[in-house]
Amino acid sequence: MDRIPILHVGALLLVTIQVDMHDQLATNLQEDLTLRVSETHAKGVLIDISALDIVDSYIARVVGNIAQMSRILDAHTVLVGMRPPVAMTLVEMGVSLDGVSTALNVDKGILLLNKKIDD
Amino acid sequence: MLGAEYVCIKTEDDLLLVRNCVRQLAASLGFGVLDATRVMTAAVELGRNTLIHGEGGHMQAAIIMQRNTKGIRLDFEDTGPGIPDIDLALTDGYTSKNGMGLGLGGAKRLVNELTIVPLAPRGVRVRAISWLDRN
Repeated sequence: MDRIPILHVGALLLVTIQVDMHDQLATNLQEDLTLRVSETHAKGVLIDISALDIVDSYIARVVGNIAQMSRILDAHTVLVGMRPPVAMTLVEMGVSLDGVSTALNVDKGILLLNKKIDD
Repeated sequence: MLGAEYVCIKTEDDLLLVRNCVRQLAASLGFGVLDATRVMTAAVELGRNTLIHGEGGHMQAAIIMQRNTKGIRLDFEDTGPGIPDIDLALTDGYTSKNGMGLGLGGAKRLVNELTIVPLAPRGVRVRAISWLDRN
């Protein structure tokens, strides 16, 4: 499996990462999402990482890149479902996830994206 | 030493094996979810360091015991060009290529001990130790 499915719902793209994120998969996701934002004119990207038990600095950087690229293509990115131990580990490691908005779960993430799109 | 595991690190996919190996060791010792997350994350960071900077190598993972405390010891060895300035490499924000500047310095904060020794004729061994009762 070399691709993570991207769902197009209304003005949003939804991605649920449920498999082990090896590096190639992360790079593919970055490319696929950027293309889909451009193709679908999506205004928001929601990435659910509730299934990930660790997030290392590489994956964090990919998420940061996705957020930056989406922003340039006029879309907002919200990261949802981060497990508390993952959040603590990232902070201790010194990963800041600059420019990435977060929400606790998918519901709240969609609310946040819709609010950002309306503003 | 109570048990040892050996994982080759030649491709990015091997980092998943590194993670799973450390996950099993952490579970077998009864690490809590936070400490398990810390040591697994550190292992992946160090494994990636071995892959990118050390041109590949291996991880030797062992359960160790000291003063009635059990711990996980992870030795990452490579035969790459080595690290010219070890103190500098452990400094936050320092990176030489492809990194975020968090690899070694970031991993250091996730474990109890992190040491780097040069190997002859080439390469380094990065040793990380995480104790069961870390505080």
